[in-house]
Amino acid sequence: MSSDSGAGSGVIHDIGFRHYEGPRLGRGYLIRSLYADSLRGCYGLGRSTKSKIMPFLLLLVMTAPAVIMAVVAGVLGLDELPLDYVSYIFALSSAITIFLAAQAPATVSRDLRFRTMPLYLSRPLTRNDYVLAKYGAMSTALFILIAVPQTALFIGALLAKMEFWPNAKGWAAGLLGAFLLSLVLSGIGLLIASITPRRGFGVAAVITVLLLLTLVSGVLSALSYENDQAALSAYFALLNPVSLVQGVLVWTVNAESTYPEPPPGTLGGLVFTAVMLLVIAGSYALLAARYRKVSAS
Amino acid sequence: MSEGRTRVGQVMMISVENLSKRYGAVTALDGLTFAIEPGVVGLVGANGAGKSTMIKILLGLLPATTGGARVLGLDVATDGPAIRQRVGYMPEHDCLPADMSATEFVLHMARMSGLPLTAARERTADTLRHVGLYEERYRSMGGYSTGMKQRVKLAQSLVHDPGLLLLDEPTNGLDPAGRDQMLELLRRIGTEFGIPMLVTSHLLGELEQICDHIVVVDGGRLLRSTSTADVTSASRILAIEVDERMDEVGRAMHAAGLLVHPAGRQLEVELVDDSTYDLVLDVVVQLGVGLHRLERRRHRMAEIFRVDPSLDPQSQASASTAGQAAAAALQQQWVTAAQNHRPQESDQPRGGDDEQ
Repeated sequence: MSSDSGAGSGVIHDIGFRHYEGPRLGRGYLIRSLYADSLRGCYGLGRSTKSKIMPFLLLLVMTAPAVIMAVVAGVLGLDELPLDYVSYIFALSSAITIFLAAQAPATVSRDLRFRTMPLYLSRPLTRNDYVLAKYGAMSTALFILIAVPQTALFIGALLAKMEFWPNAKGWAAGLLGAFLLSLVLSGIGLLIASITPRRGFGVAAVITVLLLLTLVSGVLSALSYENDQAALSAYFALLNPVSLVQGVLVWTVNAESTYPEPPPGTLGGLVFTAVMLLVIAGSYALLAARYRKVSAS
Repeated sequence: MSEGRTRVGQVMMISVENLSKRYGAVTALDGLTFAIEPGVVGLVGANGAGKSTMIKILLGLLPATTGGARVLGLDVATDGPAIRQRVGYMPEHDCLPADMSATEFVLHMARMSGLPLTAARERTADTLRHVGLYEERYRSMGGYSTGMKQRVKLAQSLVHDPGLLLLDEPTNGLDPAGRDQMLELLRRIGTEFGIPMLVTSHLLGELEQICDHIVVVDGGRLLRSTSTADVTSASRILAIEVDERMDEVGRAMHAAGLLVHPAGRQLEVELVDDSTYDLVLDVVVQLGVGLHRLERRRHRMAEIFRVDPSLDPQSQASASTAGQAAAAALQQQWVTAAQNHRPQESDQPRGGDDEQ
């Protein structure tokens, strides 16, 4: 307790409750704060130790091959990387999918499961703000996951004294690929996670849906290729979100295609791009619609 | 409190005008009208009486079917965001992510109320200390007891220094000791911190200990809206509990000129002045019994319903006939409950006698 003799001698005073007179920031700040917290949450930062294992393990899985490739290229004195930038993304797309499956439920299902939504909704934040922040956070988390190994490849290539411009162009294409793939996968992953409040279900549901789409798209594509329907075969790649983005990259930045057929010509390129934009906008709109229905209690 | 007094003066904390809410065929709130000045206000009703619906409407999250409400002078229908910036809300249900620590979570919620990072950090530490969470605040909340969870829920509603707290069943699920601590905390927030609040509970007994004003709803209808000061000043009662020979003690007190009636395992003595305490102690000492409890009890609402017909809602000519019938039925319940459970009124099981 305070007393005169205590002045200046390091006594702890219980100053009681203090009222807050400072600024109260608006919705923009709330969205940024939720975005930052959710992005940190995607990597388990500010969460329990257990939550950090999976995301960082996957970041390691994504990055280690890039570092190894760069070192090997440097030691052997190669004049270009054994695998180009965009192809690297699709070679490791299953790690990206697993990251999405693990972290999309951690990003949105968690607030439904623990019924934290009413706390957000009882603040000035709107439902759309919530969706925007979560979509942004999930996309950024995926972008980081893909862009870090791309950057490792680029730095490795420069250290191995490869030519600057071809590598810079490849790196830029890789970052574009990271950006587009993040937006597409986040939309789909969050949408599925937002209707599965149980985290375990969410993980399983995201994996299952993406796996099914890959299988169906691959089987149909291969079947039509065998039956000399090359164009049809190319269009079946639209069904798989990963090959959809790959198709767009093949058209826009001349990336190599691992599918039987790349999208045919300009028309194909436009169709792939249009479908990709539709998937992004559509999953965002559906997510917003889903959150209009989330109960405030 | 008279209608005339509530209509004048400063901005009402909450004013509700002919408010109704229907979900399809179900009527959750039915034509409520009341106004409350800033203070600690209790909203009492059985489970399903419409308390949570009322809070959702006051937060501007649920539109009223008819009628309207104002919170801190703001219209819930049009000023929802402004209201939500100025109030703090503690839900009845669990709302804490298990994988976060209390510090991380309250800090996040402070920022979600618009506090800049530095201020949010400072106030998070202060607020957690005020609600009584110390070292455990760095642990994941998944392992918290109900009492600790309730404290964190309260902290997140308090951290941004709101102009009004809306607390939905803050004592829910707490044991008697935890309940007393929570009520003491709420009393401090109301008086020392000076933050007005609306607290809901299905137990009238606990709210009348801390509230300046009580609003009673049942089946979506307003039974009464009244100041506890008006009510509790009417009479003063000493509650006495002895370890044995209660009858004998009662007779001795009667012989000493005190007005005594037995109430369950306690004796109630009318408090005339300070000499009453001396008389009680004399009797106890003479008989050589152990004294467990000697406390001044505020008059209970249930007793008011019983003994003072002038405070009955029907005399205010505002309740409907159906409302009167419901009021009478509820009074009867409470009187019975008070008689059955008087000794441990605060730890009766939840959802026990307050349901139909």
